[in-house]
Amino acid sequence: MGGAATVGTLGDAMAPVILRLHIEGKAFRTAGKTLPVLGGFDLALGTREIVALVGPSGCGKTTLLRIVGGLDTDFQGTLDWHGAGMPRIGTVFQEPRLLPWRTVHQNILLAQRTANPELADDLLHILDLAPFRDAFPSTLSLGMARRASIARAFAIEPELVLLDEPFVSLDPAMAARSRELLLNAWGARPTAALLVTHDRAEAALLADRILLLAERSTHVLREIIVPQELRRSAAAAPAVLAGLDNAMTRPADR
Amino acid sequence: MAQQTLSGELPWNLAITLARVAAAFALSLLLGSALGIAMGRWRRLDLMLDNAVTVLLNLPALVVIVLIYVWFGLNEFSAIAAVALNKLPTTVVTLREGARALDPGFAEMASSFHMSRWRTLRHVTLPQLTPYFFAASRAGLALIWKIVLVVELLGRSNGVGFQIQIYFQLFDVTLILAYTLAFILVVQVIEWAALQPLERWATQWRR
Repeated sequence: MGGAATVGTLGDAMAPVILRLHIEGKAFRTAGKTLPVLGGFDLALGTREIVALVGPSGCGKTTLLRIVGGLDTDFQGTLDWHGAGMPRIGTVFQEPRLLPWRTVHQNILLAQRTANPELADDLLHILDLAPFRDAFPSTLSLGMARRASIARAFAIEPELVLLDEPFVSLDPAMAARSRELLLNAWGARPTAALLVTHDRAEAALLADRILLLAERSTHVLREIIVPQELRRSAAAAPAVLAGLDNAMTRPADR
Repeated sequence: MAQQTLSGELPWNLAITLARVAAAFALSLLLGSALGIAMGRWRRLDLMLDNAVTVLLNLPALVVIVLIYVWFGLNEFSAIAAVALNKLPTTVVTLREGARALDPGFAEMASSFHMSRWRTLRHVTLPQLTPYFFAASRAGLALIWKIVLVVELLGRSNGVGFQIQIYFQLFDVTLILAYTLAFILVVQVIEWAALQPLERWATQWRR
């Protein structure tokens, strides 16, 4: 392959799968009208695979995460977990959603089913938040609060992490640093991950596989598999992004 | 005032009144909060009870007091119930607002991490309601001070309200002022020694 990214059909076909999601349709009912947001969406997610969902806002990405996270069960389709039922899922919401009346460390402990303060401290260290362990969230910058919520998601020893625009509205330097720290956290304990973003450069850096979603009633426009040797490297990310942009401009090869 | 204090009459009556205040306050805050939160969460309950709350809210205190004395007799239970019932609707309304203002984002976060009901209540829900509890306590305490004396005046044979009635009949303004002064002191001490430190402690995370 000459290009940086391949336009393919499936990820590593042999990799074990944690989740198979099939969405027939999903509609919002507002003011008597039904507004279709999702339709004909299929996804098989590997146990250690990071899949990025990239698309314009309002295309149903967040809804997709809510469905996977079990927060929204009102849809037509199937959600099949491989193995024994629903796995542990760590969610990073778009707003950090830290409890303002608990310290950073307490926020993490509250999310854990069995308290594991050492792991919480480890993650705070990895995410460069160790000095803010006992700070209240109101004293953190948005970037730090986002990282605290990433630490919280990883602190439950998740098998799947859901990230909803985790770095939106951060300044570029802070966003870049935060992505790097996220990769450190993921590297220490690789899990399956679904990343929702509208930033294609971010997807190019973080993901194994990128799904480009269409504007209305979400279906996958393109599926791009990032070649093994280019994954999660800041140096290779521009090449991946170029491949991505290239794939965008070509007509769908179906 | 000194004379009344030394004779033990003032402290005794003040203590009786305070005990009634405490009982009525605890009762109305507990019941009112539970009802208010429930009404804020469940629309159907809200629709069912909304009218009753509005009526109770606007019913003159005197009517409630007299009716309860007539129906349940001139006893301690009636006195406390009458005070509590007068305060109940304001607590319900305040806590209902609080329950309606709960951030669904936090609830979603709690459920996504499978927090237990108890953990969610203690660490996620109740802290959001803290300011409403304090508002209800403040306003409620103020209301109770005003009403408890009327209740005592109408149907009890002790307490500050009863004493004031006696001195009113004797036109003894000095003693009425003495009781009023004692009352003001107690209110200030409660505000300064209990409510304010508690509120500071509960909101220490605010910057």
